[in-house]
Amino acid sequence: MDWFFQQLINGLGLGAIYALIALGYTMVYGVLRFINFAHSDVLMLGAFSAFYIAPKIEKVFGSQSVLACIMVFILAAAACAVIGMTIERLAYRPLRNRPKLTVLITAIGVSLLIENTAQNERVLGSAPQAFPQLITERAIHLGNLVISSKDLLTVLVTLVLLGGMWFIVQKTRIGTAMRAVSFNQQAAALMGVPVDRIISFTFGLGSALAAVAGILYSLNSSIEPLMGVQPGLRAFVAAVLGGIGNLPGAVLGGFLLGLLETFAGGIEGWSNYRDAFAFGILILILLVKPAGLLGRSSVEKV
Amino acid sequence: MPLNGAKRWLLVGIALAIVASYFSPQFNRYYLGVAIDVGIAIILATSLNLINGHTGQFSLGHAGFMAVGGFFSAWVSLHAGNLSHVFWYFPLSLVAGGLVAALVGLLVGVPSLRLRGDYLAIVTLGFGEIIRVVAQNTEAIGAASGLKGIPKLTTLGWTFSFAVITIYAISTLVNSTYGRGFIAVHDDEIAAESNGVDTTRTKVTAFVTGAFFAGIAGGLYAHHKQFLSPTGFDWLKSIEIVVMVILGGMGRTVGVVAAAILLTLMPELLRDFSEYRMIIYSLLIILLMLLRPAGLFSFHFKRRPQP
Amino acid sequence: MKLSKLIFVAAASVGGLFSLSSCKSGGGNSIKVGEFASLTGKEATFGTSSHEGTLLAIEQVNAAGGVLGKKLELLTEDDQTKAGEPANAVNKLISKDGVIAILGEVASSRSLEAAPICQLNKVPMISPASTNPTVTREGDYVFRVCFNDNFQGGALANFASGTLKAKKVAILTDVKSDYSKGLAKSFKEKYATSGGVVGTELDFNGGDKDFKGQLTAIKSDAPDAIFLPGYYNDVALICIQAKQLGMSIPIFGGDGWESESLLEIGKDAMEGHYFSTHCSIEQPTPEMTSFVNSYKKRFSGKSPDAMAVLGYDSAMVLVDAIKRANSTESGALREAIATTKDFAGASGKISLNADRDAVKALVFIQIKGGKFTYSATVNP
Repeated sequence: MDWFFQQLINGLGLGAIYALIALGYTMVYGVLRFINFAHSDVLMLGAFSAFYIAPKIEKVFGSQSVLACIMVFILAAAACAVIGMTIERLAYRPLRNRPKLTVLITAIGVSLLIENTAQNERVLGSAPQAFPQLITERAIHLGNLVISSKDLLTVLVTLVLLGGMWFIVQKTRIGTAMRAVSFNQQAAALMGVPVDRIISFTFGLGSALAAVAGILYSLNSSIEPLMGVQPGLRAFVAAVLGGIGNLPGAVLGGFLLGLLETFAGGIEGWSNYRDAFAFGILILILLVKPAGLLGRSSVEKV
Repeated sequence: MPLNGAKRWLLVGIALAIVASYFSPQFNRYYLGVAIDVGIAIILATSLNLINGHTGQFSLGHAGFMAVGGFFSAWVSLHAGNLSHVFWYFPLSLVAGGLVAALVGLLVGVPSLRLRGDYLAIVTLGFGEIIRVVAQNTEAIGAASGLKGIPKLTTLGWTFSFAVITIYAISTLVNSTYGRGFIAVHDDEIAAESNGVDTTRTKVTAFVTGAFFAGIAGGLYAHHKQFLSPTGFDWLKSIEIVVMVILGGMGRTVGVVAAAILLTLMPELLRDFSEYRMIIYSLLIILLMLLRPAGLFSFHFKRRPQP
Repeated sequence: MKLSKLIFVAAASVGGLFSLSSCKSGGGNSIKVGEFASLTGKEATFGTSSHEGTLLAIEQVNAAGGVLGKKLELLTEDDQTKAGEPANAVNKLISKDGVIAILGEVASSRSLEAAPICQLNKVPMISPASTNPTVTREGDYVFRVCFNDNFQGGALANFASGTLKAKKVAILTDVKSDYSKGLAKSFKEKYATSGGVVGTELDFNGGDKDFKGQLTAIKSDAPDAIFLPGYYNDVALICIQAKQLGMSIPIFGGDGWESESLLEIGKDAMEGHYFSTHCSIEQPTPEMTSFVNSYKKRFSGKSPDAMAVLGYDSAMVLVDAIKRANSTESGALREAIATTKDFAGASGKISLNADRDAVKALVFIQIKGGKFTYSATVNP
């Protein structure tokens, strides 16, 4: 039974990362209705900004101190918010009224551009690099079970950010505007909602989330320019699984996918298909319940 | 377009390909290899154009069908022994690979074509990846090590004959009465449906036909490179083909063929800038979408107004 | 739709291709050597290392006056770590540039793509570090300057049952990598014949960051050791997570571990683990010392890894063969490479056998005190 509970813990830790990335996807999708392929690359840039910021911050606030760690998170999130808003301004805004597929292809282009530029030896280089130890790693032992402090932190941060996002979207003025834009862009504009600014804000928020996810993902690990691709695709699946555009759905989907992948990874004859699991689930859910687990299905009007 | 004329051009195209093939031993092997790559790219791009361009269904899984056709016909060739020296063996094995790919296309298409737009894109991407993972785990086709020692049967003649046949078949299909359904689905699905077009069947037909030709391209690729590994068919390969279709202008056969040629030659011409060629490539996609969303070659071949 | 126009476009472009005449420089005062490597893309670190080694070798030979009175000219093509690319790169080097030999690749899957082309054109190819046994089976023009995985797998199996005294070993392989799968296979065969039991066998995807699912399953099976044939980045992360899960059994693997990054990423989680590789940069031969020194001087203090050493050796074996053949004619050159015997390479003495594989000693390295420390040598 130890085995089962340990896998449960592992799965929740992994799932929390997917959930956090999925939150960012879902925020952007909720407002703009398109898959921001570059989200996974913003995540990578978030990890790299932390990689470069951390040594400087740690010089001021002391290494592995809580304050320094929080500062790194905030600065990287801010950097990525700016990056995300820039991408939106330069690549997506000019395409606002074009067919959805044009935007999707542009997003793929942006993603490839970031990856290929980052891989250049003169930019970030393609070799994996060790990520700085931001906080001291402590393992909590419960009998034979081990909970790493990183997993615990990730789950906590994910739940806190879910609460925060939910609050912003449901309880604030800007959140009301976001929902209005999501519902009907034109009508929102006519009601005096500054659509461009709201979309830009959403992108900033989504990208900041990606940065936080990127740092948590990289703790005790290594970073390289293609690190975002796999978790990005899986988090997208998680978002669809939970019902894209739905915040708690994204988190639920993330946890479910994390659990599933972890359990599959531990079974002989299943672990070799782990790459396909996320997509298998995606296809299944889209066929059975296209709106996702928590999503509401919409009727297309003619 | 009168059918006779089209048939004449088909024959001329094949004759040209055979003549070129006859002289090919004299050609430089590098240029010959690149020319075959070009031919394969034309088949891939034209067949994806039927799905993405003419029918307006966004598929990101074309490399998966290419893999199915490639692995199947390569596997057959490796077990065929002396049979593979018979003249008709090669085209038949290609067609067999195409048929298997078409079957997989049917299996993928029927459930997923209920979805639209970016959902369809992501599901086809998922199917493409699943095909790759299955290939990686199938011992019969070499699993992770792939298939090697595939006989070199692909010639310039076969490649361009199939390229011409693909172009011919797809343009004839699209221009037929039945084929108008593809364009109707592309332009407005609901209007098409209310005018009596069976949209699901039309979409599946486009998907299966596209998969068939992708499978043939896969077979040509396998017998050209003589080595196949599953990692070569990941979703980046699919995106490469998608970019050809976009660059050429969705639904514009001439443009798509030109784009396939250009995008296959470009990396070869940019060899001296190998560090930067992928950056240039991705920048090209973005700029194209921002400045010329109808494709690079959409000057006077315009057949219908932009949606 | 104008089909005629379209065929015209196709025909014109094909015609255009062939009208470009290839500019083979006949004779001249340089000898062209081709190299293909993964300089960009997922496995750029391997390609960059082997390329730097090769480059250093060519520069050294030229500084010493070249061979046969001519300078060597290294033409390098990047294959972007992408399937399909090596074929074009090697075709270009052979047919357009007219190189006399091909050096490359590190990864077996890409060497396998290039090998039939070199064989067809009768241009000798020397792979620095492709260990999959099938690579040199492609034909008599394909060589390598490293051992193959049959030898490595056997040595690792003996190591597991001998040095580690492990009765049960779990195997964790990278399902994407033919190298990992191939090495695991030959390990399993040898280990089973020597009486060992293979416990849990699980797979991961190269590039994943979470391996706890697999490790927890292995832990509950309680093996004596874990065999992990993989590449260093995944290996480092797996070792970190194994340590987090409180697993203290030894983990061991093959030459894919070899990289300074293994220690940088894995840090203290790597302590006590073992791997087999081609050479140790600490081995006290004059060839190795002089190589390490000049490499550091040339590449601003960077210390070389095994790929760099083998990249260097592949070029040096070629140069030696050109000298002995006293010609760059392909048949004579092939003969000369095939008869390489006791060549003093930086990685050790290199002799090629009838299978065109290098018969070379293998070195076991243990990670101790945050450093690669030489542990044992296994002779063929």
